[in-house]
Amino acid sequence: MSRGSIAERRLAWLLCAPAVMAMLVVTAYPMVYALWLSLFRYDLRFPGERHFVGLANYASVLGSEVWWQALFNTLLITAGSVVVELVLGLAFALVMHRAFFGRVAVRTALLVPYGIITVVAAMSWRFAFDPTTGFVDALLGLERAWLAERWSAFFVIIQTEIWKTTPFMALLLLAGLTLVPVDLLRAARVDGANAVQRFFKITLPLMKPVMLVALLFRTLDAFRVFDTVFVQTRGAQGTETVSIVGYDALITRLNLGLGSAVSVLIFVCVVAIAVLYIKGFGIDFTRREER
Amino acid sequence: MMESGGKGSLERLFWGAGSIVVVAYALIPVAWIISLSLKRTADLSDQRFLPSVVSFENYGVVFHDPQFPPALWNSMSIAGLSTLIAVLLAMFVAYAVVRLEFPGRRLIMAAALAIAMFPPVSIIGPLFNLWRSVGLYDTWAGLILPYITFALPLAIWVLAAFFRQIPWDLEKAARVDGATPLQAFARVIVPLAAPGVFTASILVFIFAWNDFLFAITLTSSNDARTVPAAIAFFTGSSRFEQPTGAIAAASVVVTVPIILLVLMFQRRIVAGLTAGAVKG
Repeated sequence: MSRGSIAERRLAWLLCAPAVMAMLVVTAYPMVYALWLSLFRYDLRFPGERHFVGLANYASVLGSEVWWQALFNTLLITAGSVVVELVLGLAFALVMHRAFFGRVAVRTALLVPYGIITVVAAMSWRFAFDPTTGFVDALLGLERAWLAERWSAFFVIIQTEIWKTTPFMALLLLAGLTLVPVDLLRAARVDGANAVQRFFKITLPLMKPVMLVALLFRTLDAFRVFDTVFVQTRGAQGTETVSIVGYDALITRLNLGLGSAVSVLIFVCVVAIAVLYIKGFGIDFTRREER
Repeated sequence: MMESGGKGSLERLFWGAGSIVVVAYALIPVAWIISLSLKRTADLSDQRFLPSVVSFENYGVVFHDPQFPPALWNSMSIAGLSTLIAVLLAMFVAYAVVRLEFPGRRLIMAAALAIAMFPPVSIIGPLFNLWRSVGLYDTWAGLILPYITFALPLAIWVLAAFFRQIPWDLEKAARVDGATPLQAFARVIVPLAAPGVFTASILVFIFAWNDFLFAITLTSSNDARTVPAAIAFFTGSSRFEQPTGAIAAASVVVTVPIILLVLMFQRRIVAGLTAGAVKG
């Protein structure tokens, strides 16, 4: 091996070291620590009573109604928002792609929800749907306390998530749309394919890789939903998500043992979703690292 | 000829109408919060979209609040410092990954990807406990550290995508002229890489500015509490009255700068958001 390549390796490792250290210290180490804590009965209010309990914390989390309800709620919010976002995002991307005038206006407007703090977006929608301050009830001629009932609360939460994150989806899909060769579409048109056929037979299949990446990231993001629920219902009316359950156990009740078991279970769910997408739909990340 | 012209203008109309719908959908909640912030306290429950009388009283309340001004300062400092450090570290990594041959290249990109998918809620308990024992709880550094970590994947991917398009031969020329790799990096590549670095910085800043979970978990006072946490826990002067107007004004104060930033640099932001996902 030449001296040059040894020096090159050394430089490379030196350059990567700080970032890798940060990533290890703030994610890998705490994750291992969470795994360790989850095996103890450990309540910060009674630190002296800490003792090893094996898998008992997992048994009590998995045996509780709260966890399964929260998991169901989280999956509902995830599925609800991601599916609508995909459809809306595709529609928005098409508008941006096809609009002759106003393309810039649309793109600009779409970046506003992306840039806004999630807490602010959640507040705005909460006030909008509020029966006394809001304009939604007045607009629809209703007198409804949307966030005081379970299903309407889900509606408000999911629609807030959709508003906040559809732009991200739309911009990614627009980038995918521009990759579809115009010649191919023109040729199909000459061969007599109508707009709908062209979209489903050519555009959609060619966009599939971009779409899957966007879907994967949005699904994982939606599964971690916390800010919107915290601001709008704080988990009341049976809208608790797994992140809220974890936060409450760890920070509100200071129960590190039980809370850590919830943390580990959330981590397992996220890994499962990622594996499902990568194996199930065949997203190939390694391809994109090659030049 | 006639027919295709007619169809064209119909199509124009369709996509034009679509544009208007999209713009309205994106902007209504922003217009709403601005309008709420300009209403007088007495008008807050009038259920009208626009204020009948424009008043700035809510802004006065917000800036005389004991929590909001420090939170604003914390947010700006913490997001600014996190951006600076995260982008610097990510530049090193992106350069190494794009330009240097070394074992572990793929591992680093895979690790970045894994962290992008990592659920932050899984580590708030351990971090809360750790930070309290090492004195990082309720400090700027205590928030900056997790922000750097969770911003790194985004920054690395965006920068790597940009760095791949740089004409690296210039660097070789500098090396031939006797510059060390580090000099070549600093003098030749950094100026060329500036647009990518700038894009990554905006995205990281938006991320750090937006965070809520770490902000409410790892802080407890004006020492380090950031704006999203302050807004969520706004109590107002009386505990029986919901401080809707003040919350709205505070929201507008923190939203306007970001919107201006986003509008000024929209091309870069779009390029950055899509860099990782589309081109390899």
